[in-house]
Amino acid sequence: MDAARETVEAQIGEWLAFMHRRRELSDADAAELEDHLRARMDDLVSFGLEPDEAFLVAVKRLGSLDALTREFAREHSDRLWRQLVLDGGGQGEPAGSTRALLVVVAWAVAAAVLVKVPALFGLGLDDHPAFYARNAGVFGLVPLVAYFAWRRAVSRPTALGLALTCAVGVAAANAYPLHDDAPVTVLTALHLPLALWLTVGVAYVGGDWRSASRRMDFIRFTGEWVVYYALIALGGGVLTVLTAGAFKAIGVRPDVFVGSWLLPCGAAGAVVVAAWLVEAKQSVVENIAPVLTKVFTPLFVATLAAFLGGVLWTRTGIDVDRDALILFDLVLAVVVGLVLYALSAREPAAGPDRFDLLQLALVVAALLVDVLVLVALAHRIGEFGFSANKTAALGENLLLLTNLGVSAYLLTAFVRHRAPVVRLERWQTGYLAVYAAWTWTVVLVFPPVFGFS
Amino acid sequence: MRIGKDLVAASTTPLVLGILAEGESYGYAILKQVGELSGGRLEWTDGLLYPLLHRLERLGHVESVWRHPDGGRRRKYYRITRQGRAELAEQHRQWSTVVEALRGIWDDAQVAVLPRPVPAD
Repeated sequence: MDAARETVEAQIGEWLAFMHRRRELSDADAAELEDHLRARMDDLVSFGLEPDEAFLVAVKRLGSLDALTREFAREHSDRLWRQLVLDGGGQGEPAGSTRALLVVVAWAVAAAVLVKVPALFGLGLDDHPAFYARNAGVFGLVPLVAYFAWRRAVSRPTALGLALTCAVGVAAANAYPLHDDAPVTVLTALHLPLALWLTVGVAYVGGDWRSASRRMDFIRFTGEWVVYYALIALGGGVLTVLTAGAFKAIGVRPDVFVGSWLLPCGAAGAVVVAAWLVEAKQSVVENIAPVLTKVFTPLFVATLAAFLGGVLWTRTGIDVDRDALILFDLVLAVVVGLVLYALSAREPAAGPDRFDLLQLALVVAALLVDVLVLVALAHRIGEFGFSANKTAALGENLLLLTNLGVSAYLLTAFVRHRAPVVRLERWQTGYLAVYAAWTWTVVLVFPPVFGFS
Repeated sequence: MRIGKDLVAASTTPLVLGILAEGESYGYAILKQVGELSGGRLEWTDGLLYPLLHRLERLGHVESVWRHPDGGRRRKYYRITRQGRAELAEQHRQWSTVVEALRGIWDDAQVAVLPRPVPAD
């Protein structure tokens, strides 16, 4: 009899664990339902059922858990959103989440303080803007690398590798005798954050960067992080404007405070907070980046098609000054991003649909634009020779061209049922290593090659 | 006889409020009482009572308290509020009207119990 009772207790325990995994149900709800279950079981046992039979009947009478949670969710839809902020995120920190919140706030404050450390040594933001531009990646992302290394409890070799990489990044930004206005300085300021972001990726996956699926997780994380960071920046902007206006109204000019404290410290702290938010909501709400992808893919196809039409119509080549080059690199990067985020949200088993055709159109249009840019660029390099900017632009274009070319091939194969979509996924996740190699090359090799002039 | 889903849904609120009007109670006991009152013919899915109770609580018709008897299980009790009593009175009026109207039809026309052919004209 006792053994039977024990089995039933184990079954109830399993049932409870199942309830606790449902985010729609609070602990109090689960306790209330458990009380109900036990009361029903007691009655059934008193009618002569065995405990395990009583358990089965009682569970059945409670109704299917799906229907139940749906009703609870309808009644308590606010809970989903509250958990967004207050629940540590399911994995890692358990739901006793004030602690998780405090830890993140501490990390954000540490990141914000780091921004102000150079000012102690006489490197103020107002007098040395170039220093801060070069080191923006360092200030913003090194704390994030540390945060994930700590959060994932990475192994000692991984921690050492991450620390070394960050040190190299700091050295690249500061050890070369770079002139403040030199083109290579701008290139470093642009590429170091990208290189360090990929280092964040290694920390994010806990050092397991060889795993394709973990890399995909990092790509998803990147998209969500960008969305959260933009939202925080918008909110912060509104807050800043309102605060500044209010203080001006009473005759206090907060310009210095806003410019050299609020903005830089807020921007650095928000990096960590956004990362934590992405983690915290991971399993609650559908990811937003893939939704944006679905919205913007058709629009980008239309834009690129219109642009190509315009080139044909006017019969002019592309005028490649520096801004135009950056612009086209950005366009191509956005296209790669659209491919990536559509990929990140796919059901792996689903077959091709109309959206994949649209993606193929997008990639082909981007390839054509890229070829036009490359032709113009080659023309210009032939005329004026290699410079840091043009070499960087050329490299990036070739990089993205290769990516898009192979993507177009794999997408075609997929649409024609010749290859599974996994191959495209492998290609894209594998390509992250190429980005890492390229960005570190620009940061480390370009300054000596193109001179410190 | 199974009572239709819509009718069950419509009658849950007055039933629960009516049971609670007699004194505070908890989910399982409410359910048992509903079963007794209807002779077992009014069947609810047990679990769905709780979202309903939570809704009534949110609307302010009932309030709840956790009780922890010595040696017993923690149990959540519900109690009707003054506003809940007003709601119950209102529901009572509405249901009485509906019941009276139905009775009127069934008593004097003697229809509906048995189907019969539609007159030709």
